[in-house]
Order: sequence, then structure tokens, then C-alpha cells
Amino acid sequence: MPWNSDRPDVREGCWPASAPSDERTQLLVRGLTMAYGDFVVMRDLDFAIQRGDIFIIMGGSGCGKSTLMRHMIGLKQPAAGKILIAGQSLWDTEGATREALLRRLGVMYQSGALWSSLTLAENIGLPLQQFTALPSKRIREIASYKLALVGLAGFEDHYPAEISGGMQKRAGVARAMALDPEVLFFDEPSAGLDPVSARRLDDLILELRESLGTTMVVITHELASLLRIGTNAIFLDVETRTQIAQGAPRTLAEHCHHPRVQAFLSRGTTGEAQ
Amino acid sequence: MPPTLHIETADAGHLRVVLSGAWTLDQTTPDPQRIIEILAGDASICRIGFETSGLTAWDTALPVFLLAIQKHTGGGSVMLDTSGLPEGARRLVTLATAVPVPDQGATGSVDGLLVRIGKATQRLGAELVAILGFLGETVLALWAWIRGRARYRRTDLGLLLQDVGPRALPIVTLISFLVGVILAFVGAVQLARFGAEIFIADLVGLAMAREMGPMMAAVIMAGRTGAAFAAQIGTMQVNQEVDALRTLGISPIEFLVLPRVIALVVMMPLLTLYAILVGIFGGLIVSVNLFDVTLIQYWNATLASLNIEQFVIGLSKSLVFGVLIAIAGCYQGIKTGGSAAAVGAAATAAVVSAIVAIVVADGVFAVLLNALEL
Repeated sequence: MPWNSDRPDVREGCWPASAPSDERTQLLVRGLTMAYGDFVVMRDLDFAIQRGDIFIIMGGSGCGKSTLMRHMIGLKQPAAGKILIAGQSLWDTEGATREALLRRLGVMYQSGALWSSLTLAENIGLPLQQFTALPSKRIREIASYKLALVGLAGFEDHYPAEISGGMQKRAGVARAMALDPEVLFFDEPSAGLDPVSARRLDDLILELRESLGTTMVVITHELASLLRIGTNAIFLDVETRTQIAQGAPRTLAEHCHHPRVQAFLSRGTTGEAQ
Repeated sequence: MPPTLHIETADAGHLRVVLSGAWTLDQTTPDPQRIIEILAGDASICRIGFETSGLTAWDTALPVFLLAIQKHTGGGSVMLDTSGLPEGARRLVTLATAVPVPDQGATGSVDGLLVRIGKATQRLGAELVAILGFLGETVLALWAWIRGRARYRRTDLGLLLQDVGPRALPIVTLISFLVGVILAFVGAVQLARFGAEIFIADLVGLAMAREMGPMMAAVIMAGRTGAAFAAQIGTMQVNQEVDALRTLGISPIEFLVLPRVIALVVMMPLLTLYAILVGIFGGLIVSVNLFDVTLIQYWNATLASLNIEQFVIGLSKSLVFGVLIAIAGCYQGIKTGGSAAAVGAAATAAVVSAIVAIVVADGVFAVLLNALEL
């Protein structure tokens, strides 16, 4: 279906009433097309993430959620379009400016991605050691504090292989917060966790947002989790290869009648996708 | 009861298949080919029915048999009447055919020879560009290191130096000693015919210093350390640890590759010098014990044949070999894909490409040294 990306109102799906960009905007995605070589993963993505949002990127498996995150954290260059962090593009800057921009972002990877040859304290200390002039005693204190925040006090000298998967993820959050970033990205925080640990990680995300005011970007397809914590969201659709809904997850669940969005948000029990 | 298949052509265009006995995987079930052949031979058949009242047991064997027949019903021109089948089997067949086989299109076809040559050439070109890019980044990282701006951990460099150097000594000792011994034996057998055993010292000394010392040390390090570098960095790549570095603004080239290159470049000449000396010692042991050469004679002959030039040639080679091993190992590690198998492939590729590069470089050295008359 041909539609003009300048006129979102003619798009398929569910859209917010107003244009979503103002001074509260932390992260802006404009006309983003993601591709691997000739294969287009997603095109014409347009959304804004406001300060203090818990922004959910949702969609079925293999629709390009993680690819979108890799674009937003500067690991992959857009095929077209722009991603602006506080008004600056990662791909139009280089050297020290780009590094400074990157340090405004923190990332918790799906498996934690802790550096396996370093202890937890060293994992958190490494960014501090590289980017600040703090003495090592102070770095150690900060690492202990960040570990305590995620409920891992006393595990400073453990290696990542010595702790459980859920603890590795929480340690990954602690490392992502090492440089006090403005935006924290979570790649599938509940993947591979039991329901209790998954809920504790959700609680942690909510708690950190409340106390630090950090903007959170969460990639997930865990329904219970996204309905509980999300304040805004986009839905990526694998069939049309673009976003088909935007808004708070609970609002979308009640008011968005697009069949594929409904099927997703009601766990496929209603509005069966064709 | 063994499974049996009985085919009846009841009335025109109607095939009746009677199944009886136990259709299970531990039995040899009849081949669906018989039915497929009948279908192929008689175009008037438009309906296949089943009679299963004699069926005592069935498992996966039955649906597999039914699907094989269904595949040959000519896309619906022959109707498969499943009403005579057990309820469970009917549902399993329906479930297995619920999602149509996606149209694979051209992917199944095999490219022609020219297309394959073209694609391989493109890949080769892309690989060369990638290697050049990696080399460029490594040189930039070295430059940053020289200016004291590279981001890496000193402790990492210390651990690497220890691992690459002292820990490699036992294996280098063993191999170099044996190479010295072998050289001495090979030389002695020939030289003894002329009563010129004393020249064993020259042979062993020159060969170790110019060729075998650097070469054997490099081959050992390629297998021992090059593979380890590729596996370490490759595993970090698989675990997204390399991504985690990148998103913090830490260059993986500076953090991971630089210390490894430095460690090998520092340690290779030292290991090679050690290998040369151990090799000469091996030659000495053989000559003095088994042939008519005294310790003093051997010592003097070695000193006379070797000069500083030979050592400079050997150690320069080892420096180049060290760079090649480190680059090959780290490059393969960095470009590792996302699976455990990819790590294994990276380690293998690191060793193979390092050894090829070492031999090619040694060839270049041979030509150059000949041209320079050294």
C-alpha cells in the first residue's frame, strides 16, 4: 500500500494524535530504514522517545527489534534516515564527540555480555577507569554501590561464570549504569528468566526510572511485562516491514483495533492475524 | 503382528488401501512407492480411501507413510479420503499440512559456473577490503598507543606477555632441541663421508639462526597463541562482549587487538633467540656424543660460522612473523559470527592463514636476502 511518510494519518494502524517531538524529546528516529545488504528489515520508522519514558519496542520474533536497538546504540549504520540523541546524530559525529554521545547511553545485552575475564567489580569499574580520572579505591566504591542498587551487594569479586543467569542480567544493568547514562537500553530483559526473576527485573527498571529519572528503552515480547511497565511503545510488524502502532501499551491493548496488534496484545486469542 | 498393505481397486477411479497389523517404527512398514506407482500409472484414479479396522497399533510410521502418498496426489487432483483413518492419525496429517511449504523460488537452483566464480571474486574483494580496514585500524591504534592515548588495561598486557612468552618456553625448548638434533643427524650422515664432521656446527648454527629458529618458533606460536587469540576474541564476539565495549566508546581494536599485537611483537624475537640457542645446543649434543667432534671444536666452529648478521636476519624475520600471527589471530576473532561453530572456524582459520602468511613471508625474505647478497 503506497503511503506518504510525511502524512502519518494515512498510515495503516494506530497513531498518536499529535506530532511527537519537542524539547522533552530524548531520542528521535526519523525515516529510519534498516537493511542487511539488499534485504530491508524495516523501513520508514518514525518515533520519539521522551525523557523519563519507559519505551517498549515490541513485535513478533525476528521482526527486527534487536536490529533496531543495534541502530540506536550506534553498532549499525542506518541504510536511510536519522537517529538523533539529544539532537545529535551518532553517524554525523566522530572521535571524542561520538564517544561522549555514546556514553549517554547504557546497554543491557540479552545475555548480560559481561566481560568474562573480569570480576563484577572490574566489569563496572572498567568504563569508569577508562573515562574518568577517579582513583581506583573510589572506583571500587562506586562499583559496590551500583551492584548494591541491583541487589548484588557482596558479589564484587565473583566472575560472571560463577553467578546465575538472572544475576548476570542484573550485573549487566549495573554495568550499563556505570557512567550514569541518560538512556538505558534493555534487550529482552525477561528472556530466559523464571517469572519471579523476570518480575524482579521489571521492578528494578521501574525503581531506577523513579529514583534516577533515566529514560528506559525496553525490547520485549513478554506481554505481562510490557503492559506493566511500558509508558509508550511502538509495534513493529513483520508483514508490512514497518511500525503499525504507537502509544502506551495498555491504551493500545484497549483501543487499537488493528488485527495484528490486537493478536499480539491479547496473546493471539482474539483478532486472529490473517 | 507385522504391518501389511493391501491395495484394492474397488470401482473405477477409486483406490482402496487396506492397512493392518502394527504400523510402528520398530517394524518394517510397507513402502508407499507401490501406491505412488499406481497413481502415476493410472490417471483415472481420483480418490483414495483407507480401511484400517485391522490396524493394531501405530506411531510416527503411519503419518509419514500417509504424507508420502499425499505428496503425490498431484496438488489435489486426487482426493485423499481420510475418513477411514484413526482419528489421531487424521489430525496429525491435517496438522502437518496446515502450513503450506513456502515457495523457495530460485533458492533451490544451483548457480552456473560463471555466477559462482563471480560471487567468489566479490567475496574475495570484500575480504581484502576488510583485512585492509583491520590493518589500518590496528596501525591507528598503535599510533594512539605511542602517543599514550590508547584505551587498554595494563594488567591485560602483562598477562598476555606472560602467556605469550614464559609459558611458551617448554614447548619451544622441546621442538627447537629436536630440530637441532635432526639437523645435526641429517648433516652428519653426509659430511662423515668426507670426514668433515666439524662442519655440522656450521650447518646447525646457520640453519637455526637464519631459517629454522624463526620458522619453528613462529609455527609453534601460530598454533599455540594465534588460535588462542582467535578463540578468545571470537567467544567475546559471540557473547556480545565486543559490542559492550563498542557501546561504551572503547575501541575493541585498542582494547583487545593492540595488547595482543604488542605482546607477540615483544616476545617473538626473544623466543626465537632462545630457540636458536637451544637448537645449537641440540646439534652440539649429537656431534660430541656420536661423531668425532670435541666440545671445543664445535664451540669454535659455531662462533666462526655465525656473526651478528645471521642473528639480525633471524630476529627480523621473527618480528615480521609475530605481527603476522597476531594480526591473523585477532582478525579472525573480530570477524567471528554468532555461534560456537564460528569460534572453532575462526581458530582454525587463524592458524591456517598465519602459517600460510609465515611461509610466504619467509619466501619473500629468501628472495630479498639473496638480492641483497646477505
